[in-house]
Amino acid sequence: MATSSGKYQTQQNLIDLCTRARIDPRGPRFGGAVSTLVLAISLITMGTALGTTLIAWQTLVFALGAFVGLRAQPYGWVFRTFIQPRLPAPVELEDSAPPRFAQLVGFGFLAVALISVLLGSTLIATIAVAFALGAAFLNAAFNFCLGCEVFLLFKRLAR
Amino acid sequence: MNGIFIVFAILILATVFGLWYRSHNGRMRTADVHTAGIDEHGGEILDAQSIGVDLGSRATLVQFSSAFCQPCRATRQILEQVSGLVDGVVHVDIDAEANLGLVRALDIRRTPTVLILDSAGHIRKRASGLPRKADVLAALGELD
Repeated sequence: MATSSGKYQTQQNLIDLCTRARIDPRGPRFGGAVSTLVLAISLITMGTALGTTLIAWQTLVFALGAFVGLRAQPYGWVFRTFIQPRLPAPVELEDSAPPRFAQLVGFGFLAVALISVLLGSTLIATIAVAFALGAAFLNAAFNFCLGCEVFLLFKRLAR
Repeated sequence: MNGIFIVFAILILATVFGLWYRSHNGRMRTADVHTAGIDEHGGEILDAQSIGVDLGSRATLVQFSSAFCQPCRATRQILEQVSGLVDGVVHVDIDAEANLGLVRALDIRRTPTVLILDSAGHIRKRASGLPRKADVLAALGELD
């Protein structure tokens, strides 16, 4: 019993080490700006093939960021490959867990939007994309921390 | 056409909210002791048992943090600097997720939330969001 819990502890520490990677804080803000642009265009083109394609693309982007990791998120890759090398070194690195949580919330809204638009309800899709657009814009423009605002409220409601 | 209107409406609303958020975030407020509602934790006083450390002889800085909180680390650094700088000030960082009873009792809604207790454990000041170091020092000065 003691050994198995010890092994579990070690695994948990490894998971913590992997998920608690430190990142350049400008990466998620760049990603927020690109997401803002993509979501805005998808709202303007809602109901057309382009609008649905953009919603599907952004759903995939958020899914990769939330479930695989920020390194697998396409906008993060663009930032690291093309933008970060041209910028001065970041003043401070940051925990990757808060932006990943924001990606998960974004995925929730976009999954609802994608299912709705595929079922033909552009109204629900518009509302869901509108929330995601507001959150992505706040993140990019004001460094808004979604995890700070909603995580504890979810936890308080859950139990 | 409709979509463009919606996009502008959201960007304007989000900007108004963002400006409000920026100006209110981390602001140190005088806590209303009577609405704190901390009945199950010894009336309106927090003690060493409920926060897990002995109270500071002058003040205690109680920080509530969570795993998905970006400014919690910076808040911790600021409060550690202040507790190192001012004699009799103790800093404690509480994991909100693991202490939901206390979180509900104190009506903590966001992280980071910082409470400043006086030497007797009364909640005197409260800030949610990353506080400024000068504001924390000023709030400590107002306790005496």
